[in-house]
Amino acid sequence: MSNEVTERVMASPKTGQNGNGLREITERDEAYWAANLRLIMFCISIWALVSYGFGILLRPLLMGINVGGADLGFWFAQQGSILTFLALVFFYSWRMNELDKKFGMED
Amino acid sequence: MSQFVINFIFVLGTFAVYTGIAVWARARSTREFYIAGGEVHPVLNGMATAADWLSAASFISVAGLISVGYVNSAFIMGWTGGYVLLATLLAPYLRRFGTYTVPDFVGKRYVSKSARVIAVICLIVISLTYVIGQMTGAGVAFARFLEVSVEAGLIISAAVVFLYAVLGGMKGVTYTQVAQYVVLILAFTIPAIYLSLMMTGHFLPQTGLFGKHAASGMPLLQKLDQVVRDLGFQDYTADVSNKWNMFLFTLTLMVGTAGLPHIIIRFFTVPNIRDARWSAGWALTFIALFYTTVPGLAAMSRLNLLETVYPDGTDQPSLVYEERPEWFKNWEITGLLKFEDKNGDGRIQFYNAANETFASTTAAERGWTGNELTVNNDILVLALPEIANMPMWLIGLMAAGGIAAALSTASGLLLAISSAVSHDLLKNTLLPDLSDKQEMLYARLSMVGAIFVATWLGLNPPGFAAQTVALAFGMAAATLFPTIAQGIFNKRMNSKGAIAGMLAGAFVTVGYIFMYLGFFFIPDTNVFPNTPEHWILGISPLSVGVIGAITNFIVGTLVSLATEEPTAEIQDMVRRVRYPGSTGRSAT
Repeated sequence: MSNEVTERVMASPKTGQNGNGLREITERDEAYWAANLRLIMFCISIWALVSYGFGILLRPLLMGINVGGADLGFWFAQQGSILTFLALVFFYSWRMNELDKKFGMED
Repeated sequence: MSQFVINFIFVLGTFAVYTGIAVWARARSTREFYIAGGEVHPVLNGMATAADWLSAASFISVAGLISVGYVNSAFIMGWTGGYVLLATLLAPYLRRFGTYTVPDFVGKRYVSKSARVIAVICLIVISLTYVIGQMTGAGVAFARFLEVSVEAGLIISAAVVFLYAVLGGMKGVTYTQVAQYVVLILAFTIPAIYLSLMMTGHFLPQTGLFGKHAASGMPLLQKLDQVVRDLGFQDYTADVSNKWNMFLFTLTLMVGTAGLPHIIIRFFTVPNIRDARWSAGWALTFIALFYTTVPGLAAMSRLNLLETVYPDGTDQPSLVYEERPEWFKNWEITGLLKFEDKNGDGRIQFYNAANETFASTTAAERGWTGNELTVNNDILVLALPEIANMPMWLIGLMAAGGIAAALSTASGLLLAISSAVSHDLLKNTLLPDLSDKQEMLYARLSMVGAIFVATWLGLNPPGFAAQTVALAFGMAAATLFPTIAQGIFNKRMNSKGAIAGMLAGAFVTVGYIFMYLGFFFIPDTNVFPNTPEHWILGISPLSVGVIGAITNFIVGTLVSLATEEPTAEIQDMVRRVRYPGSTGRSAT
């Protein structure tokens, strides 16, 4: 794989009458990348919400919600955030692998 | 059979497995040596990543760290949350790009030898700081369970790593890590389940933590809050006042985790980008198994220890020293438990003497003249099998588990160091004419060198060895993470921006750390005392990594905008990292 990339770079003609030999970025490419960025933004927002939000900064607001002898913020800081991270990583993998198939972007 | 013989059998048995793997997984090419041929199954890579991640310190000390109370939740979130960043921002793209090392990506993406060399230096600072603690950790684990000196334990560990890392490179390291994960997770979770059943009746410590304390019928955490309050400590679940610093510290740990080279390179070993994504999920699954167990174990073992000292409740007279249990005596010998009868009543008073109000009221009324028990929190894990009367084989398993945790992390770090030296410094900078066979020889020699350096530093730990969290995580967050992320997400980023960003990030982070912890950690060379009143904007030196990361992003972006645009070839390379299906395969 490593060598493959290098070879492709080497093989790219530096000059040429018909453009420079490098493929243009298509609308399809951009749509794929935009969908990826949206998905990342979604995951990162939830990631921040459960850890920095519920687990740390918003904990005082969640004090009223009792979870087994402690409060919801404590549960998020010690269990809930990890379980959410886990769900997020699998969700991202699943969505992106589907997206790869849809756009024909598999390796 | 004595405990020593059982421990010996367990440790020797696991070593035999590792040696068997070393012989089976010999590397035949640089591709096998650096990335295990890129053929590792995503689930196995997940296990190997978890073993790479869970260090001797995690195994022995994290439960003690968390048992301090809510404030240290930062470690739990920080050391798991980084995988979300890794899975969405770095790992898949790097796998698609297809490099052997982290500096290899930096060097290729920015087409710059200087950027590559700076990345190598950052990698070595990060990984070397990290590996010293692992070497001493392995020595300590050996010494505790096998009655050898710490030095001898360290050298034996180095010899075992030598065997499989030099022979097998990444291939040997990967498959031994899989075995090491199995050993360490069993050794960690079985005693935790025992304790959870004993204290709460819950099989899972994850739910036992929020269950009822079997002896009193109260919710466990309320009981713990009450007991620690009665002894002058802060409530276990109490909120923290400096949320700003807790926020920054957690963020530094997360960004740092995502930027650690020995973790990133694990994702180069799977067959394709699809597997790299799944593998991140599996890695976090295996890591979560550990980190969701820790809080329950921490709370229960702290309560259990306090109940041992106050068998009839905190309002009743405490334990008579002469009647202390057997395990207590065993751990006094190691110095991890120390008793000093300050008021001469023959009983053990264990309370928070630093709490002046408590010392002058409750403690004074009860005739207590100082805390009499010094506890090293590591015993919350180490002494657990004895405290809970678990069978002897379980102690043997814990010995093997602690050593597995140290060896797996050490070998991952040594591989990151040696591959950066042989592939980036030698093959791609100093000796470009090396053939694959020669590079392989240099890779093995670099591994030998790295092991010797790490062993020597483990035996003679320098001042920075204790600063893994500050230095390794801070540097990883401030240098490698932003530079790699910019390489993928900012196609305008050029080599000048990357270099300026890395240098600025490192300067801010290391400078701030030195300001409070001393120039090169030499005592008394710090500019300000390391106390919250002196921290700039309330930022502790342990939390500065994220500030370094922001500096790197800003400086890097500004410098790249002020200098020339990357060449068409580089922009095309970024395109390939982003849109794999439209590579030159069909275009050329």
